[in-house]
Amino acid sequence: MAEKVLMKGNEAIAEAAIQAGCRHYFGYPITPQTEIAAYMAKRMPKIGGTFLQAESEIAAINMVYGVASAGKRVMTSSSSPGISLKSEGLSYLAGADLPALVVNAQRGGPGLGGIQPSQSDYFQATRGGGHGDYHMIVLAPSSVQEMAQLTIRGFELADEYRMTAMILADGTIGQMMEPVSFDFEIKEAPAKPWATTGTKMARPHNVINSLYLNAELLEKTNIERYQKYALIEEKEALAEEYMVEDADIIIAAFGIAARVSKNAVNEARASGIKAGLIRPITLWPFPKAVFAKHADHAKQIISVELSMGQMIEDVQLATQCKVPVSLCYRVGGMIPTPDQVYQAIVEANEKGGK
Amino acid sequence: MATREFLFAGFGGQGLLFSGKVLAYKGLIEDKNVSWLPSYGPEMRGGTANCSVILSDEPVGAPIVLTPEVLVAMNLPSLDKYENTVRKGGIILVDSSLIERKVERTDVDVYYVPATKLADENGAGRLANMILMGKLLSVLDEYNEETVSKALEKCISARHADMLDLNRKAMEIGRNYAE
Amino acid sequence: MIVFERPKSLIDVPLHYCPGCTHGIVHRLVAEAIDELGIEGKTVGIAPVGCSVMAYDYFNCDMIEAAHGRAPAVATGVKRSDPDNLIVFTYQGDGDLASIGTAETVHAAARNENITVIFINNAIYGMTGGQMAPTSLPGQVTQTSPYGRDVNLCGYPVKICEMLSELEGPEYLERVTVNSVKNVRNAKRAIKKAFQNQIDGKGFSLIEVISSCPTNWGMTPKEALQWIDDKMIPYYPLGVYKDRSAGILCNPNKEEK
Repeated sequence: MAEKVLMKGNEAIAEAAIQAGCRHYFGYPITPQTEIAAYMAKRMPKIGGTFLQAESEIAAINMVYGVASAGKRVMTSSSSPGISLKSEGLSYLAGADLPALVVNAQRGGPGLGGIQPSQSDYFQATRGGGHGDYHMIVLAPSSVQEMAQLTIRGFELADEYRMTAMILADGTIGQMMEPVSFDFEIKEAPAKPWATTGTKMARPHNVINSLYLNAELLEKTNIERYQKYALIEEKEALAEEYMVEDADIIIAAFGIAARVSKNAVNEARASGIKAGLIRPITLWPFPKAVFAKHADHAKQIISVELSMGQMIEDVQLATQCKVPVSLCYRVGGMIPTPDQVYQAIVEANEKGGK
Repeated sequence: MATREFLFAGFGGQGLLFSGKVLAYKGLIEDKNVSWLPSYGPEMRGGTANCSVILSDEPVGAPIVLTPEVLVAMNLPSLDKYENTVRKGGIILVDSSLIERKVERTDVDVYYVPATKLADENGAGRLANMILMGKLLSVLDEYNEETVSKALEKCISARHADMLDLNRKAMEIGRNYAE
Repeated sequence: MIVFERPKSLIDVPLHYCPGCTHGIVHRLVAEAIDELGIEGKTVGIAPVGCSVMAYDYFNCDMIEAAHGRAPAVATGVKRSDPDNLIVFTYQGDGDLASIGTAETVHAAARNENITVIFINNAIYGMTGGQMAPTSLPGQVTQTSPYGRDVNLCGYPVKICEMLSELEGPEYLERVTVNSVKNVRNAKRAIKKAFQNQIDGKGFSLIEVISSCPTNWGMTPKEALQWIDDKMIPYYPLGVYKDRSAGILCNPNKEEK
């Protein structure tokens, strides 16, 4: 096993991307994810890669679009307000079926908001963010090790399905240091015969495009894309289940909220309450089956979020409202404490639910 | 030790994040689960800064330290802010050359180390943080010379290798300081 | 003896452009330059949003359709994906390049990005039906300036070559037009040079082509070509605005102070 090193979450993303064969990074400065750009700026020139600080988030995502068109692994990173700017490009990447990796180290919003951690871009990420019918694969790491692991997985999934993968992190996971080891088996990028690498006068010209003036053709393209999405929902949904088998009270939480919740679940178990945690690792596709499986024995589900309640809607949909779902939250850059979550568990347990 | 939570607090520039990192690396070398979390943003630049470190035999849950077992305070605002968050029976280390008042709590162990003054006197100008770290590890009976040395090597880049000895020296000063 | 044939770099399909529009001419000039330089197999073109949005259906090289205004950023990505082997050009109109994409244009130039930019300035938004463009002339009547462009209300036109010539970055900036045989020949020379510069690794080359839009100008094609001479060129003087390699480092039309 590779030696464990202490690294910030943001640095782990950058290192993992390089190990995944990403040699092109474009970004624009914004807190709290600047470590990614700094790491890339230092490393890329030494390994024959490109680090370029773009004039805006909009330019950065379009540079990503260019490299993705040429068939190479490429990424950008930003934080919430910057992701809004990139949303135009995300829609075009989806419309042109291009693989790319985008990192969002979320901070509080709306507007300029704050710079402290948040999960309030859940809707934006899981519903696509830009205009049109589309999804991105959304991965939610909750440790520095997962920042690395899911970055690599993100590149693989993006290439496999020709779509954008987003790492939906937050300021805390990005800034914290934990031990991480980089002993990954990395799938090489598949052949990309569709890429615009020059015809070399050996094939008809390739066109990367999202414009379909023929409505029937555009409809067909959308339907086919959604058939691909259905396959992804079937194959790629992923969640961690922690003490849920016999749980009366189930916490639903991802990222930093899941770590806080785990402390609370342990505390609840110690005081005799059967609590458990479902931690979605893929937010899209949402691990519906895992929630459906436990909807029968749970008395109540508590969605713990750093938002005013976004993922809670997916939990309700996944359980088809068979179980009452309540919300435990902090916003604006605040983080729920384990004690706050514990109190919510105690309260839910006393109320008894269904 | 099942889980031990540390909070380092003071001004930006006092090296709190660095000493926290040395502690975290020492934990990693000793096969513990560790996390290190800084406050970030404008407050890092000259305002109050703090850093949460957790060492544990179990996987670390929430990385934010709200009720530390150990508080290292390097300025008055930090002591004012965090004194009452320290767990009963916990430890407070105070840089007494920068904080004039005494700790009011009577249910914690308090150590006063004039770290900034000691650093100046011993030609370790900016290493008050490491003097406090030396004292802290000695108080916890966790001063393992080998792992401390390895941790320092991990945290100090080859470019600044000349700083290694100075850091070791600062930690020794803290270790041997008696009130 | 063949005296006239379609350039290989143009696909044999009918173009969708209006009668009298000069896009067709400029497409041909770009394709001829690519043919003559023998670079079709390594060229990637970036189409804009605007009348030439479907340029990707006309050029025989690999093509990418970019979001409105973002072609220079997309071109940056493509070029940097394989800088030694790819030739990359963008083909953009005035709304795309000088309004919504101004930042991308200016910064690609400032970085001296080794790409070729073909800039069609016809002083109007053609595709959406004739709205005022960033380059519409003072007093020019358009759908959204029905009383003529009022400079007190919406400011002055953007002179791209003049503006970019103040930057250290770009290698080559020239303004040409295609309203006569002589001018077409000159435009061809400029466009070919802009590609040659890229082949030689010299950096950012932009050719601004003063073009006509008879449909939205409300003129016959012939009147439109005349209007270029009468109105456009006095406001947008032709010439080389910058050629670093030849030592031309500033706007030739700027009056000495």
